[in-house]
Amino acid sequence: MADTFLGRTSDTLWRHPRLLILALLAPPVAWLGIIYLGALFALLAQSFFSIDEFSGLINYEFTLKTYGELFKAYNLDIILRTVAMAFFVTIAAAVLGFPVAYYAARYARGPWKALFYLGVMLPLWSSYLVKVYSWKLILAKEGILNWLFETLHLSWLLNAYLSLPIIGGNSLSVSTTGTFLVFLYVWLPFMILPVQASLERVPHSMLEASGDLGATPAQAFRTVLLPLAFPGIIAGSIFTFSLTLGDYIIPQIVGSSRRFIGQAVYQYQGTAGNIPLAAAFAVVPIVIMGLYLWWAKRKGAFDAL
Amino acid sequence: MTAAVKFSGVSRHFGQVRAVDNVNLEIAEGEFFAMLGPSGSGKTTCLRLIAGFERPTAGTIEVFGQSMGDVPPYKRAINTVFQDYALFPHLNVIDNVAYGLMIAGQSKQARHKSAEETLELVALGGYGQRKPSELSGGQRQRVALARAIINKPKVLLLDEPLGALDLKLREQMQEELKILQKQLGITFVFVTHDQGEALSMADRVAVFNNGGIAQVATPRELYLHPQTPFVADFVGSSNVLPADFVKSLVGAAQPASLRPEAIRIAAEGHAGVVRSVNFLGSTTRLSVQLDAVTVNVLCPLSDAVPKVGDAICLAWDGADMHVMEGAHG
Repeated sequence: MADTFLGRTSDTLWRHPRLLILALLAPPVAWLGIIYLGALFALLAQSFFSIDEFSGLINYEFTLKTYGELFKAYNLDIILRTVAMAFFVTIAAAVLGFPVAYYAARYARGPWKALFYLGVMLPLWSSYLVKVYSWKLILAKEGILNWLFETLHLSWLLNAYLSLPIIGGNSLSVSTTGTFLVFLYVWLPFMILPVQASLERVPHSMLEASGDLGATPAQAFRTVLLPLAFPGIIAGSIFTFSLTLGDYIIPQIVGSSRRFIGQAVYQYQGTAGNIPLAAAFAVVPIVIMGLYLWWAKRKGAFDAL
Repeated sequence: MTAAVKFSGVSRHFGQVRAVDNVNLEIAEGEFFAMLGPSGSGKTTCLRLIAGFERPTAGTIEVFGQSMGDVPPYKRAINTVFQDYALFPHLNVIDNVAYGLMIAGQSKQARHKSAEETLELVALGGYGQRKPSELSGGQRQRVALARAIINKPKVLLLDEPLGALDLKLREQMQEELKILQKQLGITFVFVTHDQGEALSMADRVAVFNNGGIAQVATPRELYLHPQTPFVADFVGSSNVLPADFVKSLVGAAQPASLRPEAIRIAAEGHAGVVRSVNFLGSTTRLSVQLDAVTVNVLCPLSDAVPKVGDAICLAWDGADMHVMEGAHG
């Protein structure tokens, strides 16, 4: 065996284990370094150029002028709206996802656990576009939700809600609330799964110990369960927050005409041909996520990793 | 005097499984009480019933005269040292120990002071700032103990707390627990499957088998006068002589217990053949095949020890053979 080529190769790798690690890591590192990060930095470099307002041509000289553009009222408005949306979607996903994750981690066994995974993952199997369009139908004025409110004689309630500024609109499908609901639906699995994984690692005796030492269930939740599940919630929120920050399809299909960062990027690099401003917009989610991770680390979210 | 803990006809069934079945028990105030039994005998379930983690299917549990029927764990003046210690990994040692006081609403300064004192008591002074993951098994065990006793419970429950420790450390902790119990005067209820541990530490021992109590007695009584073959076998590995054999000797058709160290090798008596010889250090254990029964014999170190296959005679005093009256467990 040892004198065949394969045999000699495995012998060499056994004698030099670092060679094996190198061979395994080289392709993904090359991919990450050149194609993935390279593309990202090419994009970021664009943000330090500017566009000539008369000719529409890109001026390849270093400037911070494009970043200054971001702070103009109408652009700042887009950023704040997107961050607020990402924030509320994340909070709602955590509140909705936690009980589901807790049930799955603590009580679901055997086939119920399989059913849980299926239930959470199933929406991810179908096309994202189809899901968003079906939500548009659900939320439309002729949609099932409106019909439900009418049947329950609660139309006045829905109309009163839709007449509110900012979150309201002509119907749910063209309101910011509609955008919020669809974001929440699409990103919820990304919150549930990491939270469930973190709860899975909390032994039940922790909660018993907490109750044994006098903590009511509410106190046990606040002082033991929540801190121990915190890394999972942070992991989930990184998904929901960053996915909401970057998405441009959902607010385009469901929602008002008020734009989000993703749409701004899409329009500036496309129809407007303003690649530098699009790149500057693209930097915003990266900076926000960086700040968020820094805050989470300070809060000790990664101590348990 | 009211009992610290009183079980009246307590059962806990899980579907068809009768984990605890019609248990009656009284534990006196200030007592070091051990619940001894093999795994699955119901001793841990009994402990969890006292703590309130399980609710009885039938019967009542009273703690100092107060019925615990509808009292949740967090309202019971009872604390537990868990088998896996259940220390909170996100809190450092001092906050773990001060947890109960924090829940009770004490100021940070006051509870840290008490926690530091309690840590001194379990010989862990100065360890307050460490995380549980930075401690050894024995140290974690002490933290769990400190966290429980700081609340001055009326009853302290210990669920196999020494199970994960190595022999030397276990013996040391046994000694320390005994001293601590006398010092604090708290009623200790201690669950273990190690009969040596139960006999050496407890004031009284309840031997559990199949969800019921086989015998409750002082360690000495339990060892010298086991009431059922199960107790005789489980506590001190007594020989259980079958009823026929006992009948031929003393006339009573009941099984009897006979401790291995009460048997001696003699010039005449019950003839038998040595089947195995195990050197245990201070003694040597022989397994000897008599006509009707195989008995274990412990020979002192000083004696000449026979070899496997030797034909020998065994003798014992009639007074060392205890006919077991309540023999069903």
